[in-house]
Amino acid sequence: MGQTTADAAYVAFERVQKSYDGVSLVVKDLNLSMPKGEFLTMLGPSGSGKTTCLMMLAGFETATHGEIKLAGKNINNIPPHKRGIGMVFQNYALFPHMTVAENLSFPLEVRKIGKSEREDKVRHALDMVQMGAFGGRRPSQLSGGQQQRVALARALVFQPELVLMDEPLGALDKQLREKMQFEITHLAHDLGITTVYVTHDQTEALTMSDRVAVFNDGRIQQLAPPDQLYEAPENSFVAQFIGENNRLMGTVKEIGGGICVVRLDSGDEIDAKPVNVSKVGERTQVSIRPERVEINKTRLRDGAHTLKAEVLEFIFMGDIFRTRLRVAGSDDFVIKTRNAPDQVRLQPGTQIEIGWLPGDCRALDAP
Amino acid sequence: MAGARNIQAETGPMLAADGRPLKDSLNRALRRQKLRALLLISPLLLFIMLTFVAPIADMLFRSVENQIVQETIPRTVKALEGWDPSTGAPHDEATFAALYTDLVIAEEYKAHTRLGTRLNYEFGGASSLFRGTGREVGKWPTEVYTEQFVASDPAYRDGAAWALWMADPSVRAVLPLTADAYDAWALMTVVEKDDVPAEEQPLDFVYTALYRDLAAGALPQLMPAVDVDNWDSVAIRDLFLEEDAAWGELPVWQAMKSYGGNYTAGYFLNAVDMQIGANGPEMRAEDERVYVTLFIRTMILSITITATCILLGYPVAWLMANLPARSANLLMILVLLPFWTSLLVRTSAWKVLLQQQGVINDTLVWLGLVDDANRLVLINNEAGTIIAMTHILLPFMILPLYSVMKTIPPSYLRAAKSLGATNWTAFWRVYFPQSVPGIGAGSILVFILAIGYYITPELVGGNKGVFISNRIAYHIGTSLNWGLAAALGTILLVIVLVLYWVYDRVVGIDNVKLGG
Ligand SMILES: Nc1ncnc2c1ncn2[C@@H]1O[C@H](COP(=O)(O)OP(=O)(O)OP(=O)(O)O)[C@@H](O)[C@H]1O
Ligand SMILES: [Mg+2]
Repeated sequence: MGQTTADAAYVAFERVQKSYDGVSLVVKDLNLSMPKGEFLTMLGPSGSGKTTCLMMLAGFETATHGEIKLAGKNINNIPPHKRGIGMVFQNYALFPHMTVAENLSFPLEVRKIGKSEREDKVRHALDMVQMGAFGGRRPSQLSGGQQQRVALARALVFQPELVLMDEPLGALDKQLREKMQFEITHLAHDLGITTVYVTHDQTEALTMSDRVAVFNDGRIQQLAPPDQLYEAPENSFVAQFIGENNRLMGTVKEIGGGICVVRLDSGDEIDAKPVNVSKVGERTQVSIRPERVEINKTRLRDGAHTLKAEVLEFIFMGDIFRTRLRVAGSDDFVIKTRNAPDQVRLQPGTQIEIGWLPGDCRALDAP
Repeated sequence: MAGARNIQAETGPMLAADGRPLKDSLNRALRRQKLRALLLISPLLLFIMLTFVAPIADMLFRSVENQIVQETIPRTVKALEGWDPSTGAPHDEATFAALYTDLVIAEEYKAHTRLGTRLNYEFGGASSLFRGTGREVGKWPTEVYTEQFVASDPAYRDGAAWALWMADPSVRAVLPLTADAYDAWALMTVVEKDDVPAEEQPLDFVYTALYRDLAAGALPQLMPAVDVDNWDSVAIRDLFLEEDAAWGELPVWQAMKSYGGNYTAGYFLNAVDMQIGANGPEMRAEDERVYVTLFIRTMILSITITATCILLGYPVAWLMANLPARSANLLMILVLLPFWTSLLVRTSAWKVLLQQQGVINDTLVWLGLVDDANRLVLINNEAGTIIAMTHILLPFMILPLYSVMKTIPPSYLRAAKSLGATNWTAFWRVYFPQSVPGIGAGSILVFILAIGYYITPELVGGNKGVFISNRIAYHIGTSLNWGLAAALGTILLVIVLVLYWVYDRVVGIDNVKLGG
């Protein structure tokens, strides 16, 4: 029984708070539990407390309040070197006075592992990240991507069950990032390691993770698998932070049966799915993804509310068209349409009518 | 790659826009820059040349330069050329006569005392020997020769006649000693007395030389005939021995012969407690050896001071590099505080603190840690030097250490700990190796400063805690033996350079960082 609890909540934060200065809380009431083998990403704007959480888990910062558990055991008072957690730092932190092989051998040496076994493991770890030929080099003689691989190999070489990565790809160019994202997810998956990954980059978070924890202001705003996060944001911060999003402000006019009518500030009325609203008269921000906006009236259900819109700008982006509209008094309403042979290219100045399925328009809290 | 090479081969050297080879154009552009850079630093360069390089070169030269013996007693040096010191002190009259001539002339120029001082560096007693003999040498009864020459022909008294004779090459060829003595006398008359030689009668030593020439061979036609066979004569060697028995002994002669050259290794031998003996260089007597001990002590104490500076400075630098900026700045001010007070004041403060009735001893006695009767001797010995100099040189260790530690990101230590290293292992295997360049820079600074320090050891070092620099200062300021001071300084310089070289081989000089 204990075993299953430990596996279901392999890493657990329970009511964790953290303050550096005793005046303000950087992490406010953090609750999180991760099953074994999960790849969880902490995503959030700068200063939202992601690194702080990671550091508390690694043992470099102490929680001001609350418990952090690893495999069911409270680790608040265990020093970092006894936690057995692998870690990849943003600047890699490869020891500059040691060769690549020595860097990898370091965690094995401090674990008093015999020389031949050590060499085997180092070789294996280097091969795993395709760096087998670079064992004799110094970190300064490697490119950024190569250093990144070595840092990854070093964090994995002592076979930790939990690996933490703090923006490990932040310094790489786009192409290399994408390649490494792919490699890291595969490695983590193949080795069955539990991974906590911190990033700024939502694409990275969405593509790599089993679940994403969106941080803001010291709190987890939503913890969900990527698709759910995108399709069903639970509050306006998440809706705004993840992907592109159109928002319109208004007041709930009718509500019931899993659908509500929102009266926008411009006076227009639209259908929406109530998420964070419960009663008539409540202020709300409705959120619609650009690709869910329908310009072809025939595809909408009968009696659906529509809005008048004026085309302001048409941008050709290759696979998609991005069109900016003036809708209900807002100038930055964007729609995306697929570049298909029968797709119309809306010319600026054109007056059109837009609408959507009520399930795609979410009535969220008004910030 | 290969394609690029082909293009090169086809078009020949790259050309600049104006058709000149690119390399030439680049060189021309760079030459301008270099010239301008040189022009900018030229005032400093000149200043350093004049005030630093030139004096050092001069000092180095002084450590081997030795013209004084050659200049003061050239005849003696020449006479001693064929002498073998292993046969004992010279006996032959010719050598003594040469020395007699030299001394009379030197005495006129007042140069014999300087020579005595110089030779006194090599063996004690030379100074008084030369001063004493020099004072008497003019009064020696060599006027018997003058009187006998003048008595046999009055022309020998005539300055004009002498001038005529000595102008004749055939005469000079037959009478070498006389010609030489006359020339020296004539020069002396002009320089020292402002007289005209042709109007003056030569001095006794010229007649003595003439007598010695005649005793050895014939008189030239030109000069009035004299028969010296039955003349009264004086034994110059006896006169010397009568004046001072030391002239019959080996040391003074050996010194004059050994140091007769224009250049000498003598100062250097002296600086390592050696001297030129009868069979070449040899160690001095036990009780005369000072410098080797001093060099060794300087080295050992400097190393100790460097080591204590590392031990005391490292934690402070670490703290400074890891504290928040405000506290670090405060600490930095405290570290720099000693620079705001004069060195003398600081050193004197140590005197007050360290002496047997001083603050530290009083406190220890009061605490009962030290018995009142056995108060610690902390000053006027090595301990005093080490304590005071460590204090004074500590900032020179802390500053480079700090600036190197400041550049070591804390993530390395974290990385090491996350990999399973204990605090100590993380420090020792990861942090410490990266701070070694700072230790290197600090050690070089402290060690080189320590090795040449002299005010502090002078004030708190007593007899047992003085450095080689104190002896150098003594020879420059008090004994005025600049040659020896220069030799000691040169050896010190060479030691530093050798250590630098060794350091470069072992640690690598590019492994020294004074900052970022
Ligand atoms: N050592 C510290 N002392 C005091 N305040 C700190 C410290 N480290 C972080 N903070 C503060 O805590 C807050 C959260 O910092 P944290 O580093 O966790 O943010 P983050 O989410 O990792 O941001 P980023 O994406 O920029 O890395 C910030 O406001 C930061 O100023
Ligand atoms: Mg961060």
